[in-house]
Amino acid sequence: MIRLSESPFDPGEALRGFSASVEGAGGIVSFTGHVRPASKAGTVERLHLQAYSPMTEQGIEAALKEAKDRWPLLGAHIIHRIGDMLPGEAIVFVATAAAHRRAAFEAADFLMDYLKTEAIFWKKETAGDTSHWIEPRSEDYKDSARWTKQGDT
Amino acid sequence: MAKLLYFGRLADITGTNGETQNLPEAVSNTDQLREWVNSIHQAGDTFLQASIRIAINNEMVREPCKVSNGDEIAFLPPVGGG
Repeated sequence: MIRLSESPFDPGEALRGFSASVEGAGGIVSFTGHVRPASKAGTVERLHLQAYSPMTEQGIEAALKEAKDRWPLLGAHIIHRIGDMLPGEAIVFVATAAAHRRAAFEAADFLMDYLKTEAIFWKKETAGDTSHWIEPRSEDYKDSARWTKQGDT
Repeated sequence: MAKLLYFGRLADITGTNGETQNLPEAVSNTDQLREWVNSIHQAGDTFLQASIRIAINNEMVREPCKVSNGDEIAFLPPVGGG
């Protein structure tokens, strides 16, 4: 299940709901990303997330399908904020469930790397007196490249 | 008329998130479109950058690709969420 949310969400509640919805899971992994309070530019005042519907949702759906093809998942849940958010607020939540932990860990990691580098979002940070658009770091691309299958171009 | 959408930092350069434009006859593919959008917005070489991808009618395209009035054409700078 995928949800783009314009308002703050409670990751604890999301995890409880997801855990209750999957049957037979031996392992459930979740990751929550929060808006950092400070950046190189100074104290962060707010972050703005822009999406392009329905391409954003379609891309995440495709990544979720790939995760399900690669790992024996019993379920997965992704929530991503859009619009304006404040430091400390949850920006992204990914949860995966599988019979055993390894599949759940790896699929959550894969989905987060997709969201960081390929999902159709743009981030604008306002810190100090300035606003600037943030693009993925080279480390993010390196992380994401770990999932490229041999033979892929 | 074509609907042109500018995402992320591109909206700061064009001054708008999107606009409706009548594509001139000389603009029939994405190469010509990039040049033309650059010129109407005096955007230097911004729209010629390979890192700016183009989606037409909600699909990422392999360029050069045909464009025509009636299309929704989105210019996408490097993406990333999370």
